[in-house]
Amino acid sequence: MPASGRPHTVYFFGTCLIDMFYPEAGLAGMELLKREGLKVVFPQKQTCCGQPARNNGHQDEARAVARLQLDAFPGDWPIVVPSGSCAGMMKVHYPELFENDPDHARAVAFSERVFELTEFLVDVLGVRLVDRGRPVTVTWHPSCHSQREAGVVEQPKALLRQLANVTLVENPREKECCGFGGTFSVKQPEISAAMVADKVASIEATGASQVVSGDCGCLMNITGAAAKSRKAFTGTHIAEFLLERCHGR
Amino acid sequence: MAAEARVSDFGGKAHVALNDPKLRANFRRAMDGLMAKRAAQFDDPAEWTALRARGAAIRARALARLPDLLERLEANLTRNGITVHWAETPAEANAAVLGILRQAGAKRVIKGKSMVTEEIHLNAHLEANGITAVESDLGEYIIQLAGQAPSHIVMPCIHMNKVEIAELFADKIEGQTYTEDVDELCAAARKALRDRFADADAGISGVNFAVAETGTLVLIENEGNGRLSTTLPPLHIAVTGIEKVVERLDDVAPLLSLLPRSATGQIITTYVNMISSPRKAGEKDGPRQVHLVLLDNGRSRVYADVQLADTLRCIRCAACMNHCPVYTRVGGHTYTFTYPGPIGKILTPQLEGLDCAGDQPHASSLCGACAEVCPVQIPIPDLLARLRTEAVRPASPAVRGGGSGRSLADTLGWAGWTAMYSSPRLYGLSSRMMGLFGNLIPAWMPMLKQWTRVRTKPRFAGKSLHQIARERGFSND
Repeated sequence: MPASGRPHTVYFFGTCLIDMFYPEAGLAGMELLKREGLKVVFPQKQTCCGQPARNNGHQDEARAVARLQLDAFPGDWPIVVPSGSCAGMMKVHYPELFENDPDHARAVAFSERVFELTEFLVDVLGVRLVDRGRPVTVTWHPSCHSQREAGVVEQPKALLRQLANVTLVENPREKECCGFGGTFSVKQPEISAAMVADKVASIEATGASQVVSGDCGCLMNITGAAAKSRKAFTGTHIAEFLLERCHGR
Repeated sequence: MAAEARVSDFGGKAHVALNDPKLRANFRRAMDGLMAKRAAQFDDPAEWTALRARGAAIRARALARLPDLLERLEANLTRNGITVHWAETPAEANAAVLGILRQAGAKRVIKGKSMVTEEIHLNAHLEANGITAVESDLGEYIIQLAGQAPSHIVMPCIHMNKVEIAELFADKIEGQTYTEDVDELCAAARKALRDRFADADAGISGVNFAVAETGTLVLIENEGNGRLSTTLPPLHIAVTGIEKVVERLDDVAPLLSLLPRSATGQIITTYVNMISSPRKAGEKDGPRQVHLVLLDNGRSRVYADVQLADTLRCIRCAACMNHCPVYTRVGGHTYTFTYPGPIGKILTPQLEGLDCAGDQPHASSLCGACAEVCPVQIPIPDLLARLRTEAVRPASPAVRGGGSGRSLADTLGWAGWTAMYSSPRLYGLSSRMMGLFGNLIPAWMPMLKQWTRVRTKPRFAGKSLHQIARERGFSND
């Protein structure tokens, strides 16, 4: 990053979940960066951060996939990630994953360039958003790894509070896990189901018409359970939400 | 012992617990209360950050010098007149306690709260040898009456509500009429226990901290039963794990601040007992004999691994389970073994073996709520991930039962995953195929079946972000 603190070019790491299921959230993230005057580079070699293998105890497999990402982002530009979970994996776990590996220094340097999207928008770019949307009431869902690994807590809420017509209501159980946990949701399906049912109920109780989150894993879980139990609220990735507000849709 | 035959069945027991609305309500209410009380204690982030760093450093320093500190502890306890017994296994610890009791001719034992005596199943061993042991901590007394194991390491009967306890007392305590009045219930227990205190030949307790420098056993509690158990009978036997040692008396104060505030949201417990010797010549009270049984039971093996050794920092405050979204929903008995919650998920597989309790490290979403509140900064999610790794690593020597989680399906599955995600070409091809045909995958397929039981099927996007980025002209490099 240049000494001024504001880069002219950034990398975008789309994440595998967004790539296959929520590309519009990834595109919105790239557009948000573009409208700040940045050049956004999307390396086509990128795949997945490797977290699923790491969390299931398959370190070698996680390292093999992570190494491809080290190769895919060779420049020294910041790497912006529209997921607190994947950002947490790359920030916190890449250095330990490559301990005693020839690529350790490269992994450390990589991890230092990783920013979660809202963290980058607020802390690095200092964006100012103008709300062109109709009045709406939303609640925020932070992913566990976003708040506890990536250290992203206030930035997404700060962005939502910039929007004049958006009322942000706090969910008293906001910090509690939604029960996704990657493979946890299918390895312990009943516990995961109980957790997401409680999460859905807590969101419903806020009266918000939308839950906004920075992680598509949580959103897939929460909106999937909400739809199955015919709840009225919908879920949106924060990048898509912010871009739509700025465009007045 | 029954302990050796047990195998964890987390999914099966969770199924039962999840379908018990009363149990779930009991835990949810109790954990919500405990979380709120703890939060009120640590409302100054700067103080919390500094204090827990100090707590972690004290415990880490003690563990770094563990063999030396244990020798110093033994020397100083011995000098103070307290006899030290070393036990490598639960059987050895039980035999040591029984031997001491027999030598003293003790038949009736009153017990203060101790998780290590639960770990070794001491009560059953004493019972089998004709010695009655009565639990004097109110929660422990209640579950002993009910014939159950603790469901929480600080509040053993937290899974029960007032009505269940009222029914239990009316059923089990002689002359007790049914009442839901909490004061009356406490009075009934107090009355029943008072006689047991009076006629006890020996008291058995746990230890919160054993101070090497001074040879002091620190024991905290709220009911006064711990003080009675350790001072009234002529013989006191303390039982604890080798990791409970701290180096200096100065180390105790920060830990005494962290422990009750994290556990029950109290600034300090009602009683802080510091036991330094048996009754001395000319003193009018206190036990004539004091013994300490130091249990290993696999802790040395945990200690031998530089990363896993962090498990032994634990001061048993239970904040991790109070904040755990899994524990809150399934309760302590789902964990089968003595230590439930996040600390149990990392400790049990190490003590009992991954072949017995390998499902426990996986019963977590790795949400990290436990590590966030741990007063000694145990990186629980990292240790869960490490144990998952040991379970599938071929011939893992670090943990008992290492490698027992390996299966052909798991190995092949992850090999396939790795092949796909470490090759941009293969990944591009697969994601394109998924975009075209992924939504045709039927909901009864493994994994998707579990997922769609309470959720709608996720929909693959027609075009991947890779494709969209190319079409919209986003630069590749």
